[in-house]
Parts: sequence; structure tokens; C-alpha cells
Amino acid sequence: MMCKSLFVYSDDLLKYHFHPDHPFNQKRVTLAKELLEAAGQLTDDEMIKPRMATDDELTLFHDRAYIEAVKRAGSGILDPDEGLNYGLGTEDTPMFTNMHEASAFLVGGTLTAVDAVLEKKCEHALHLGGGLHHGFKRKASGFCIYNDGAIAIQYIRKNYNLRVLYVDTDAHHGDGVQWAFYDDPNVCTFSIHETGRYLFPGTGNVNERGIKEGHGYSFNLPIDAFTQDDSFLHVYETAFKEIVEFFQPDVIVTQNGADAHFYDPLTHLCGSMNIFEKIPIVAHQLAHQYSDGKWIALGGGGYDFWRAVPRAWAQVWNVMKEGKPQQGRLPMGWIKKWQKEAPVTLPSFWHDPEKNIPKIPRKREITEKNEQTLSKLLAINIHKLRKS
Amino acid sequence: MLVEEIMQTNVVTLPPTATIEEAMNLLQKHRIRHIPIVDKHDEVIGIVSDRDVRDACPSILDEDENENILSRDIQTIMSQPVTTVHPLDFVAEIARIFYEEEFGALPVIRNKKLIGMITEKDMLYTLILLTGTHVQSSHIEVKVPHKPGVLPEVTSIIGKRKVNVVSILMYPCKDDPNDQILVFRIQTMNPTPIIYDLREAGYELMWPNNVPEPKL
Repeated sequence: MMCKSLFVYSDDLLKYHFHPDHPFNQKRVTLAKELLEAAGQLTDDEMIKPRMATDDELTLFHDRAYIEAVKRAGSGILDPDEGLNYGLGTEDTPMFTNMHEASAFLVGGTLTAVDAVLEKKCEHALHLGGGLHHGFKRKASGFCIYNDGAIAIQYIRKNYNLRVLYVDTDAHHGDGVQWAFYDDPNVCTFSIHETGRYLFPGTGNVNERGIKEGHGYSFNLPIDAFTQDDSFLHVYETAFKEIVEFFQPDVIVTQNGADAHFYDPLTHLCGSMNIFEKIPIVAHQLAHQYSDGKWIALGGGGYDFWRAVPRAWAQVWNVMKEGKPQQGRLPMGWIKKWQKEAPVTLPSFWHDPEKNIPKIPRKREITEKNEQTLSKLLAINIHKLRKS
Repeated sequence: MLVEEIMQTNVVTLPPTATIEEAMNLLQKHRIRHIPIVDKHDEVIGIVSDRDVRDACPSILDEDENENILSRDIQTIMSQPVTTVHPLDFVAEIARIFYEEEFGALPVIRNKKLIGMITEKDMLYTLILLTGTHVQSSHIEVKVPHKPGVLPEVTSIIGKRKVNVVSILMYPCKDDPNDQILVFRIQTMNPTPIIYDLREAGYELMWPNNVPEPKL
């Protein structure tokens, strides 16, 4: 199955760069793009350049005062104490030159993807520079300055009046997007993530269900530290299918953070490439089944940016374009080019060989715990809503 | 932490001559479970809970006399005398009253007048604040010997990385009475440098950070 898809890319996306030691590194996007090119999976006519989001578009979600503060931070004239009120100048989101432009560009990339799909230039679109789900209305946090996902969903609501299902498979809870639509029944959010007991940001409990009109339209599936492929995929697929059937979205937006991999240094989840192949397969299938194919996929977290992220993100594109992931060996050209720069040995295959996959002694308990969380999510939310 | 810092100051009250029906409506409208009954000087003379009101209402199977009962004075079913607290009481002391007396809410009184209410729910929210889970943060537990001077050593490691601490808790180690577990919530998405530094300094980290990378 071939689908007309577009890949949003420009080298300008790399300007979103805090400092060389920061774990958030947009080189990932280039590595994924070049991996696809080397594999013959991505051509120039499938690429579309991102635009910069306007201030008015940013205010679809953010406060003007915050945007002004980001601009001043980018010009080096924001008072450090004032910056801290906006989450700017912290270890997680340090100030950097032209940070407003770089951040507005990521948002624009996501809006470009949205317009491409909703103006029917393509069925699906991918913007790996986006997915910065921790940004708040007036606060930067968790490596995120502007919340492109929240802005894009408001943009869809305002300009296209469609009902949006947001699915977040980043290992961290998609809190910024969740809170943005917590009282909105036209936007349904579903986040699967490592439990917030240990991991940032700490929220995303199964009982966070939305408020007021939006009650019943927020779904959270917090899974245990060291969860592996089978358990992850079973709860993800089961919950996603139930939620999409209940909500009947017009369009699906996915955040494809790639930090649930066992190589990832920041989280305790333990997935292999297997989950990053199945995550988009399920999204792709359900988008065709429920939302006439309309699917916009974004990037997100992912901190093992040499080994885990390029493969994971390239597979999102492969699935988008052809309905199936690539298999076998990675293109030699890509490995040769980047191995010189990489401090770790680059992988040779699209999948993770069995011997590399960690053996987790508590696997059975973890699986059982995740099943219990899944049944709580389904029992509390969907069955109750169906009855009413 | 003092009661006045966590109490609710917008208190819904009723005079003793209000009807049970009024109480029922207020409980529903404000989604509260307790109404203090005050006289014209704002002095608390009784308290009514949603359960008192429910118990006073006739069974739905009983078709007669419903309205009769609902029009009775609230003072006929209120509880008294009322245990009250002072705004300058410590939250920790009040927690003990909630635990031992099993009340759901306590009126706060200054100069004999009602100035606020504190509920079990307020107490639980305070617990959430103390554990720091209301702020975006990461959680780290460190096992340390139970002796003077350890806490500043650990916090200085965190301080060196310029990361803000949202909360610190301490609890005894189950397996070893000579050890304590320090629980930190720190305001960063990237606790790895701190985790490495703590390991480097010889501290034992608890689940899940006791599993060294790669995740094996």
C-alpha cells in the first residue's frame, strides 16, 4: 500500500540548539532524513520546507508576554530572574541566541504538516522537528519552548473545525498538550508513558481524565519502568483501538518521541526497535479506518540520537509511505558517513538483534502491572462513557 | 506549616433555623460535604455533614412526609459541640485530629468567630505539595547512613548541577535501621548527571536508578 506522504524538512530546524552538552539534539532529524535518503526511501519531491509560525499563531496557545520574553531571551536582553518565571535560563531550557526564531520555525513546520494534510496535498505528513509536548502557556519546560502540538491542534480547531485525536508515545507524559485541552471535548488526548513516579514530569496518572465538558476525553496509560516490547505493544494497541472507536476523530496527530528505547539514557523504559515499527503501523491503520487517512506525525523526545532515534523516526516515514517498515541491513553509506562522528558503534540493522536486548528479571510483574493499568483506563473511561 | 496557610476562607454557612432542604441544596451546589452552623455573631454552634442530611431524609421507598422532614430546622440534626482549630495550629497537629477523631472537616476559629474550614482533602493536597508531585519534576531516592552531615553532602551534589529541589522527604530504610532513604523531587527532565555524580560519590540509589546503564 503506497500513500502520498510529505516529509517536512530544512536544515534550519537544527537551529533549535541549546548547547553542545544538552541531551536534546536536533541532529537526530538530519540523521533520520539521511538514513532514509541512503535507503532510497525519501526523495526531494517528497520533502516540503517548513515555514515560520507567526506571533498570532503562537498565541493560539501561548501568552504574548511569554513570547516577548522568549524573543528577549534570544537577543540576550532578558533579565535572568524574570527568565526563571518563564522557565527560561534553566538547565533544561537554557537561553540561546535567536531562540524565538528557532522555536517558531519548529512550530511552523508542524503547521506546514497540518496544512499539507488538511488541504489534501497528501494523506499523511511527518515533521520530526516537532512534538515539543512539555511547553506550557507561559512557561518553557522539559527542553520545550513553544508547544507546537498544542498550537497545531488549536489551529486545526480554528481553521478546519475538525475533531482531533492526539496520541503521544513519548516515554514522558505529554502534559503540556493534555492540560491545553483538558476541558475540551473536541480534542481527545491519549498518552502512554513511563509512570511519573520517578520520571519527569510526574503527571499522567490513569485517573487524569479531563474536566468539565472535556471529562472523559483525556486518557493516560502510565506503564512501569523497564517495560519491554510485548507489554508495551499490547497495552498501546488495545487502548488506542478502544479510544479511536469511542472518539471517532476527523484527524489524528501523533507525537512519536523515541525515548522508550532501551538505549535511551533519560528514561527507564526498555523497548526495542520492534515497538517503533508497530507504533506507526497501528496509527497508520487506524487513521485509514477512522479519519479518512488524515494523519500528522511529529517527533518528540529521544536522547540516544545516534542509534535509537534515526532508525525509529525513519520507520515512521517508511510506514507512512508504504504501510510497512524497512527490514534487514542499514545502508552502508549512512553508517560509513556518520560512524566517523559517532561516539558509539552505529547499528547495522533496522531491528535490534536479540543479543542486545536486555533481560529484565521483573518482566512478569511489570507485564501484569501494565495490564492492570490498562484495565483501569478502559474501565473508568470508556465503558462508563458508553453507558451514558 | 500553619492551618491559616492551607485553610479555605470562602466558607458556606447556615443559620440554625435554615431548613434541611436548604442544607441539601447547598451541599449539592457547592460540592461540599460539611456546613458549619453559625449564629448571628458568626460563632459556630454546630456542624452538619452530607451524611447527617442523608440520614435525616426518608427512604425513597417511603412516599409520605418527605417534604415535612425537609422543612425541619437544620439545628434538629446538627452535631454539637464542634471540635474546632485555630489558624495558628500546626498542620501536623491537625493531621492527628483527623486521624484519631475521624472527622472530615474542622472549622477554624479566631476570637470565637468562624474564619475558615479545613478538610481532609486540604490535608491530602498539602501532602501532595510536600511530596512535590504538583511540579514537573524527576524523582530520585538515595540510601544514606543515618548520621549527621549526610544531607548537606547529598544536596551539595544536586546544587553543583544547578538543579532546583522541589521537595525532600526522608523515611527509614526497611532493611537496615542504620540507613535512611532520602527522597528528592528535582526540577529537571535530565537527572542523569546528578545520578552519575551520586554514584561517583559512593551513594546507593534506589529503584529504578539503581540499575546502571545499559539497562541490564
